[in-house]
Amino acid sequence: MTAIAQFRTCPDTGFKVHSAAEKLIKANAVAAVVFLLVGGVFGLSVALTRWQEVHLLPADWFYLALTAHGLDVLLVWIIFFEMAILYFASAILLNSRLATPWIGWLQFWLMLIGALITNVAVLQGDSSVMFTSYVPMKASPLFYLGIILFAVGALLGCCVFFGTLIVAKDEKTYEGSVPLVTFGAITAAIIAVFTIASGAIILIPTLLWSVGYISHIDPLMYKTVWWAMGHSSQQINVSAHVAVWYLIAAVIFGAKPLSEKVSRTAYLMYILFLQLASAHHMLVEPGLSSEWKIFNTSYAMYLAVMGSMIHGLTVPGSIEAAQRKKGFNKGMFEWLRKAPWGNPAFSGMFLSLVFFGFIGGITGVVMGTEQLNLIMHNTLYVPGHFHGTVVAGTTLAFMAVTYIVVPLIWRREIIWPGLAKLQPYLFGFGVAGISLFMMGAGTLGVSRRHWDIAFSDATLSFDYPAAAYLMLTLNGISAILAAIGGALYILIVVGSILFGKKRDEAAAPAPAEPTAAAATSYGSAGTAAVPGTFMLALIFFVTFVLYYFVNWKYLAETWGVS
Amino acid sequence: MAIHPPENKLWWNEPIEKTEIIWVGLCLIWALIMFFMMPYWHLFGEQNLTNEAYKVEPEAHVERAEAMADKYTVREEGDTGIPVVRPPAGSDVFVVARLWEWWPILELEKDKTYRLHLSSADWMHGWSLQPTNLNVQVHPGYDFVVTVTPNQTGEFAVVCNEFCGIGHHTMLGKIYVVE
Amino acid sequence: MAESETGASGGGTGGKPPFMQRLLDNHFFLLFLGVVIPTVFYILWGVMELTQIPVANY
Repeated sequence: MTAIAQFRTCPDTGFKVHSAAEKLIKANAVAAVVFLLVGGVFGLSVALTRWQEVHLLPADWFYLALTAHGLDVLLVWIIFFEMAILYFASAILLNSRLATPWIGWLQFWLMLIGALITNVAVLQGDSSVMFTSYVPMKASPLFYLGIILFAVGALLGCCVFFGTLIVAKDEKTYEGSVPLVTFGAITAAIIAVFTIASGAIILIPTLLWSVGYISHIDPLMYKTVWWAMGHSSQQINVSAHVAVWYLIAAVIFGAKPLSEKVSRTAYLMYILFLQLASAHHMLVEPGLSSEWKIFNTSYAMYLAVMGSMIHGLTVPGSIEAAQRKKGFNKGMFEWLRKAPWGNPAFSGMFLSLVFFGFIGGITGVVMGTEQLNLIMHNTLYVPGHFHGTVVAGTTLAFMAVTYIVVPLIWRREIIWPGLAKLQPYLFGFGVAGISLFMMGAGTLGVSRRHWDIAFSDATLSFDYPAAAYLMLTLNGISAILAAIGGALYILIVVGSILFGKKRDEAAAPAPAEPTAAAATSYGSAGTAAVPGTFMLALIFFVTFVLYYFVNWKYLAETWGVS
Repeated sequence: MAIHPPENKLWWNEPIEKTEIIWVGLCLIWALIMFFMMPYWHLFGEQNLTNEAYKVEPEAHVERAEAMADKYTVREEGDTGIPVVRPPAGSDVFVVARLWEWWPILELEKDKTYRLHLSSADWMHGWSLQPTNLNVQVHPGYDFVVTVTPNQTGEFAVVCNEFCGIGHHTMLGKIYVVE
Repeated sequence: MAESETGASGGGTGGKPPFMQRLLDNHFFLLFLGVVIPTVFYILWGVMELTQIPVANY
C-alpha cells in the first residue's frame, strides 16, 4: 500500500501515466480482443447456418454456437474492454494513481477464470441455453458459476474505478470537475453496479437451483430480474461508447464539447432512466400491467432517448466547431468532407455514431414501444436491432479507439496503415448489413434463435416468403464482410503490439493535428454555429418520425388484440 | 477538451448555443409525443394486450385444453392426428405450448372474438402468428389471456419464437380462419 | 478568457457552483440515484405485480 507509484509522462498528451494502471489497461484490452476473436468465429458460423443454402452447422452445434457467440462478444469482449476504459478514464485522464492495483488484478483474473469456465460449460454441450438462459431450461452449474465469477470481477473493477476517483480528488490531481469523458465513464460504472447487483439477485439462486438446493425458480420472476442485468449491461455499453466518441473527437480534432452543461445533463438522463428500459423485453409478458410497461419501456417519458439524441448532436457538433475554427468553413459540410476519413480512429468513430443512431437507436425505440413490440418481439428484428447498437455502435467505437490507444499506451506504431484505413469500413458496413437484413427478415416474421426456417423436420408445414430467404443470404454475405473486417482488426492490433515500430519517446508524431488553436477558447456562446450538424440531426429526426409512424400503420392492419 | 476538466470552473452558468437549445426542445416534444402514443393507443387502437393473467398448474391447463378439444373437435390433421378444434365465438380457447407443438389446431371465424388462454406445459415458448407477425410470450405456470379478433380468412401458422431446445425449429401450430 | 465570456451570468470563478453542477460533481450521490431509481421502478414495482397475479379458478 505504501509503495511509491511509478509514473511516466506521455510525450504526446502530457498525461501522467501510472504504470500499474497502464499494465491493467493492457491486460484487459488483450483479453477483450482474444474473446472478440472466439465470439466472432462463433458469430460467423451462426450467420452461415442461417444462410439456408449454406446451412453450415447441425442443429445442436448451431444452438451451442449461438450461446457461445452471445456470451463471448456481448459480455466478455465488451466488459473486458470497458474495464480498460474505466481504468483509462480514471487514472490516466485524472493524472492519478490507480487505487489498489491488486484489486484490479483480482478483477482481471476473476473475469478471465469466469469467462473460461462458462466457455468450457458451453462447449461441453449441456449448456446450450442461449445467453438469456431462461428457466426452467437448465444449464450445468458451471455455466452460472462462470458468469457469477465474471460479474464479481467486473464489480471489483468498478470499485477500483470509484476508489481512483476518491484518490484523485484527495490528492488533487485535477482541478474543478472531472473531464467529460470521465463523467461518461462514471455513468457507465454506475449502470454497471446496478447491472451486476441485479445479476447477483437472480443468478445466485439459479446456480443453487441447478445444483439442486432450490427446487423451483419462477420463470416470469427470473425473466424480469434477469433483464435488469441483461439489458442494463447494454446501457453500460451505450454510456461507454458515447464517452469514447467524445474522447476520439477530443484527441483527433481537439474538439471541445459545445456545452458541458448540456452534455453532462444528457448523461444524467442516462444515470436516472436508461436502466428502466430493461422492460423492452417484458412488453408481451403476462402479469405486468400496462402502467408498468409504459413507464419503464419509455425510460420515464423517453428522457433517456432525449439524452442520446443530444449526444448525437453534440458529438458531431463539437467536431464541426473545431473544424470550422481550423478554417473548414465553406458551405454546410466542408468540415465533414475534409475530415480525416483515412484515419481509422475517426472513420470508425463516425460510422459508429451514424449507425448507432440511424440503425440501432431508431429501431430500439420503435421496438420498445409497448404495442409495436407485438409485431417484432422475438423475431430476427431483435438481433438486427442490437447488432446496430452493440456491434455497429459499441464494438466499432471500441475498435476505433484502439487505433489511438495502441500508439499511446503500447508506444507502438500501427502496422499495415493501408489495411487499417479500410478496416472500419469493412467491419462497419458489414455489420450495418447484418443489422438491416436481420431486421428485414424479422419484419417478414422470421423467428430469432431458429435453426431451420424451412421447418423441414416439422409435422406441420409453413413457408416464409422467398424474400425472407434472400434476407438471410444477404445477412450471411454481410457477416463474411464483417468477419473480414473483424479479423483485420485483430491482426492489426496484435501485430502492432508485437511487431509495430517502437515509437521514440522523444519524438511526438502527434495523432492529433495541431490542436492548440482549436482547443484554447471555450465553446458555447463564442463558438461558430454548427449548421451542418443541425442539418444532419434534422435528417435523423425526420427518418425517426417517419419510421415510427409507419410501424403504427403496420400494427393497425393486424388482428385485433385486446 | 472532453479529456480535460472544464476550463471554466463554473461551467453550469455558461450560456447554451442556440442550435442546442432548439434541438433539445425538439427532442423533448418528440419524447412526449412518443410517450403519449402508448396510452392513446390503449384508448383508440385495436391492438393492446390486457393485463389479464392467472397462475395455473401446467397439468390443469392441459386438462382444460383437452376438455375443450373433446367438445369441439371437427376433424383431425397430420400423421399424428392433431385435432382441429372449432370453439364457439366469444368462448375461452385453451392453447397448450409444449415440446414441440402448439396444441390443438384451431378453426376460428373471421371478425369474431376469442379469448385465447396461452400457457406452456414445460419450458418457455413464443406464440408467433404468421404471416400476420403477432408475437406473445408464453410461460409455464402462467395463463395469459389474449383476446384476438382475426380480420382476414386463410391458413395461419403459429411458429415458436422462443428457444426451447433441440426441436425448437420443428415447433409449429396452425390456425384456420373461415368466413 | 472563459470568465470574460461568461462573466455576466457566471459571476466570476470564486463563488460556490450552482446546485446542478454540485449534483453532477457528486458522483456517489449519482451512484445512489442510478441504483435506487431502477430498483424501485423496474424491479420492486415489477416483482410486486408478479406476486399479485391471481390463481386461476375458472
